[in-house]
Amino acid sequence: MGNTITEKILMAHAGLSEISAGQLINARVDIALGNDITAPIAIREFRAAGGQKVFDRDKVALVLDHFTPNKDISSAQQCKTVREFAAEHGITHFYEGGQVGVEHALLPEQGIVLPGDLVIGADSHTCTYGALGAFATGVGSTDLAAAMLTGELWFKVPSSIKFVVYGKMPKWVSGKDLILNIIGRIGVDGALYQAMEFTGETILNLPMADRLSMANMAIEAGAKNGIFAPDAITEEYVKPRARRPYKFYASDADAVYSQVIEIDAGKLEPQVAFPHLPSNVKGISQAGNVKIDQSLIGSCTNGRIEDLRIAAGILKNRKASSGVRLIVVPATPFIYRQALQEGLLEIFLNADAVISPPSCGACLGGHLGILAEGERSIATTNRNFVGRMGHPKSEVYLASPAVAAASAVLGRIASPEEL
Amino acid sequence: MIFTGKVWKFGDNIDTDAIIPARYLNTSDPVQLAAHCMEDADPDFVKKMKSGDIILGGENFGCGSSREHAPIAIKASGISCVVAKSFARIFYRNAFNMGLPIFESKELADAIAEGKEITIDSTRGIITVEGSDQQFAISPIPPFMEQLIADGGLMKHIAKK
Ligand code: SF4
Repeated sequence: MGNTITEKILMAHAGLSEISAGQLINARVDIALGNDITAPIAIREFRAAGGQKVFDRDKVALVLDHFTPNKDISSAQQCKTVREFAAEHGITHFYEGGQVGVEHALLPEQGIVLPGDLVIGADSHTCTYGALGAFATGVGSTDLAAAMLTGELWFKVPSSIKFVVYGKMPKWVSGKDLILNIIGRIGVDGALYQAMEFTGETILNLPMADRLSMANMAIEAGAKNGIFAPDAITEEYVKPRARRPYKFYASDADAVYSQVIEIDAGKLEPQVAFPHLPSNVKGISQAGNVKIDQSLIGSCTNGRIEDLRIAAGILKNRKASSGVRLIVVPATPFIYRQALQEGLLEIFLNADAVISPPSCGACLGGHLGILAEGERSIATTNRNFVGRMGHPKSEVYLASPAVAAASAVLGRIASPEEL
Repeated sequence: MIFTGKVWKFGDNIDTDAIIPARYLNTSDPVQLAAHCMEDADPDFVKKMKSGDIILGGENFGCGSSREHAPIAIKASGISCVVAKSFARIFYRNAFNMGLPIFESKELADAIAEGKEITIDSTRGIITVEGSDQQFAISPIPPFMEQLIADGGLMKHIAKK
């Protein structure tokens, strides 16, 4: 009986020659990630357990991206705790200030996470790195503390759902629309405790940026991880960035899946997730007349250069509708610079956009774009829970950068086709 | 372990933003977090509940973010344990890792009203409802997870090893 790619990576990191779904294992961790919200608790736990040294200073990544640039005194204190810990332990991958980007955009971009890795992060969207063919999963702060101390962690081996995607994606349809559609079909707990493995002819041609957006939202279906078999597209992305060896794994032909779901991407239109669940998805043609107060283009889901190019293509020689605050957040300093050099920032400024520094700020209702009571935002982010972006009576609609840009121009949720 | 307490009911997919909104995550102080426990699901929750009470959720309790602030807020508020139809996986991990007892029962949430008093006997795997002869089974906890709770969480478990 064969194994899935998820099982194979776990098996290799647990030093086992056999593995099956449901098994509890102890596995070696290649990268352990924390941020300014989750790392302080992990550091407290690490110290309380008498931790003197992290297991490997090259394998811990600490990224101060959530409430930064520090939004208030409490968040400044949290960052200080992490900064001091990073200095004390000589953490190689410590990012803040002008070097910081949104963690899940930053780590792949900098070649810190690689194919075949086992990555844990005290942040639920750690699953993003599955796009590279890594096993990557979100955990809590105590897990991070344990991994920083021992270099290992306990896992329950997940069963896998295989998604077979075929057909040519129509214009304006992206990886984001595909994953929103999938979450709409299976629900926010549709893949609970399971791996989501994305395969099929559409996936074979899917650019890395789209794969990252899709793996990013696996958690929104309750999944433990989302994963793509690495291929030539992966190699092209990873090769110039990697500074250590990496390994490609692939599922066996006779691997066992709990479910196989087929999707015809050729029939999709741009998708929008209505409040207050990422599964509350409608095609853009069914969206109706929803006026918006804000359009947020950014985040670990869609703040990459490819996303900004799409948004700029739509916003060129146009302006955000009066009454709409358009906020653009390049996800990393590297992306910010690329956008500058390509003239995209000029286009955004001309469109009356606010350009935010790389930060999680608005995405989690932290700062830099909070909604008031009754306000609505379209956003290229990944969550639209009650109160996610501000007041408990505000609303978030999730969509692609193309839809968010078109909506900013028209002042209501709209397809780029309408421009 | 035996827990007896009054039940506060919540629906399906109670997410971590409802348990502890991100706007309060600029601290990890349990007391400050507890003051906002469940705020976006029920703004008066902290005022109404008493120490020892039990949260009863539906499917996928604790979905969303990995924030351990969520089980911390619940534990520090005085809630003794959480029963739900199912838990989101990171919340499930976090609860065991930090020693917050949680139990899965598919039937309980639909069978009883808010305010009922229940007793959970985790050793026998049974929930009884006060003033009635109703009984419900809880899903068994894997031995490793039981050990985590018994040791007082993951870090104490590792220290013991
Ligand atoms: S951009 Fe949003 S979803 Fe991504 S890590 Fe930051 S807060 Fe989380």
